[in-house]
Amino acid sequence: MSDHLLIATRKGLFALERKNSGWASTLIGFEGVAVTNVLSADGVICAALKHGHFGAKLHRSDDDGATWRELAAPAFPADAADAPSLFQIWTMETGGRTHPDRLWIGAIPAGLFRSDDRGESWQFVPSLWNVPERKRWFGGGYDAAGIHSISPDPRDDDRVFLAISCGGVWETTDSGNNWSVLGKGLFAPYVPPEQAEDSAIQDPHRVVRCASAPDVMWMQHHAGIYRSADAGAHWTRLSPPTDDFGFAVAAHPRAAETAWFVPAIKDEIRMPRDGALCVTRTDDGGQSWEIMRHGLPQRDAYDLIYRHGLEVDEAGERLAMGSTTGALWTSDDGGRSWQIVNAHLPPIYAVRFV
Amino acid sequence: MTIKYVMAEIHFTSHLRNLVPDGPLSAAGATVGEALASVLAAQPHVRSYVLDDRGDLRKHVCIFADGERLAHEGALARRIGPDSKLYVMQALSGG
Repeated sequence: MSDHLLIATRKGLFALERKNSGWASTLIGFEGVAVTNVLSADGVICAALKHGHFGAKLHRSDDDGATWRELAAPAFPADAADAPSLFQIWTMETGGRTHPDRLWIGAIPAGLFRSDDRGESWQFVPSLWNVPERKRWFGGGYDAAGIHSISPDPRDDDRVFLAISCGGVWETTDSGNNWSVLGKGLFAPYVPPEQAEDSAIQDPHRVVRCASAPDVMWMQHHAGIYRSADAGAHWTRLSPPTDDFGFAVAAHPRAAETAWFVPAIKDEIRMPRDGALCVTRTDDGGQSWEIMRHGLPQRDAYDLIYRHGLEVDEAGERLAMGSTTGALWTSDDGGRSWQIVNAHLPPIYAVRFV
Repeated sequence: MTIKYVMAEIHFTSHLRNLVPDGPLSAAGATVGEALASVLAAQPHVRSYVLDDRGDLRKHVCIFADGERLAHEGALARRIGPDSKLYVMQALSGG
């Protein structure tokens, strides 16, 4: 199990280490500044900041957060259509084994950026921005659409899947030169009925894939939860016995039938039902579900788990979950019981095992 | 001069279900703004949820007219036909 966590919060970046006495946490950077996401890869930590009045920034540490260096943040080129300004770095991912120096950034507005020097410089990917379907994208939670999930296929790192709120799910097979919209089977009740199956206006809140069975993907959609067995081309809506609204989802790294979700009342309310927080787990591809509450607050809880607020470690055993009300839990038994680490952190945007 | 009014069908987001009756309402008007005004005249308590205090469409309210999501600017001036179908929707909230 992984004994190290990074927690991106509204008020800074925290590092946690599991010791015999429990988790020890340290504020390792950006006190008071919103850290919208964090990425740790091969000894490098990248932290995405949102300075409110002063814009989105990117920092890098090569010494586990002891010191930080500001990098040039990705920027939309002046000649990009509609000339947007970077509002937020929403997600960062590595490029895969065959591109060890590559990083991807997904932003709000929904620009995709690629670095081939571990974040030192960034290239805007115009091909995705210029797809005609972009005219139909719109914001989900923010004024503009944004990219929050990026997943290179571990069998072929040039084949990259990504998800946009609200702009559907997309795939490139040539490292970003050409894009296809995927997502057959998704359904959007928040647009006029004749457009509900339009792939390019879907709001996938979060999409993750099984590391060892990369064709298997799980999606928490704005309206329902889905699973795909063909790398995002077709999706089947699942029917858990709980609310099927939420933001986060975690996929087991080896068991292709196992995933976790965190239900909340849909979609104008967005709180745990009856003030009782639970995590759901399926081990059979969504046919049956466990509703897991042990160690989670069962009254007066208004925690919501954001898109990047739930993660499973590489062993598939330890989970971490952070909430909008600043509570952080871990589970060492696949979610069946949870331990509170800290109930008083700033609002949590992202948790990541190191 | 005779002003010819047409009746459009107007649907409201389920997020306003507590305020607006379920099902489409008939709306008279030659533009989106006129149709909306006719509905809001009958449902005055809904007005401030859809329009701001200057009478402009609220920033995170969006209108679809006959399948087209209207650009925010100019949405109320959009001309509609006798069989037009309007949807008053909202941006999706984040958390």
